[in-house]
Amino acid sequence: MSNSPEMRKTLLRELREKGSRVILNLSGVAYIDSSGVASLVEGLKASRESGSRFILFGLSDSAREVLKISRLLKLFEVYDDENQAIAS
Amino acid sequence: MNHIEAKLSPNMKSTSKLSRAFLLKLELRSHPTLLCVIRGALEPLMESLGFSEEQNRAIIRAVDEAVSNIMRHAYHGRLDQPIEVYCNRVQRRTNGEIDEGVEILLFDSGPAVDITKIEARPLDEIRPGGLGLHIIRGSMDTIQYKRAGRLNRLRLVKFTKLSRGNCGAAGDKSS
Repeated sequence: MSNSPEMRKTLLRELREKGSRVILNLSGVAYIDSSGVASLVEGLKASRESGSRFILFGLSDSAREVLKISRLLKLFEVYDDENQAIAS
Repeated sequence: MNHIEAKLSPNMKSTSKLSRAFLLKLELRSHPTLLCVIRGALEPLMESLGFSEEQNRAIIRAVDEAVSNIMRHAYHGRLDQPIEVYCNRVQRRTNGEIDEGVEILLFDSGPAVDITKIEARPLDEIRPGGLGLHIIRGSMDTIQYKRAGRLNRLRLVKFTKLSRGNCGAAGDKSS
């Protein structure tokens, strides 16, 4: 909750400025709450609107579980590690 | 006497008699940076009670969302309002077997919550926001809201089977 506004701002800026693909490394994110999920959903929507890809990798068990409970996991393009994400 | 105790209604004072059975009591202000303090306190406690890592994450997730909701909706982002968190052992009998678990009580002194207006948004909508209640429901076995005098009380319960003697504190038998 305390970091979400900054993350959201950075994410949306990257999606607007970096073109066709944005890859988000979540391996350093041990915990994500609903406001963090909301920022990811905003990113997903922004990427769909601009026709770009929004890719996640390095999800912790906690992040994976919260996306699953929210029934959002299948909507995101998720890879286990950076190499897979870049090669996709 | 602290700030929230000064506001305790007779109902709450009666509830507070159970405090001997509580495993943990936290008093904090409604500042988002304190959410990690709650998570940090609950994790080793739940581990000591025998919850699996997955169950532990579920409990922490639910409490974190519930406290975030208090900060956002009960206190409208004010950073200095009181929140209390109590943890207690509970038991229930199911088919002759005793399930043990944890009860977490959250108190705030915000305005009463109109539960008829609380609705989790449909999950088939892809839009940010409105997920907190889904996350709490999906993580806990029981969720109960009650207005206790001038306080809001949210009760969250999660059960697991525990080996006896995992934790020294005597638990309240009621759920």
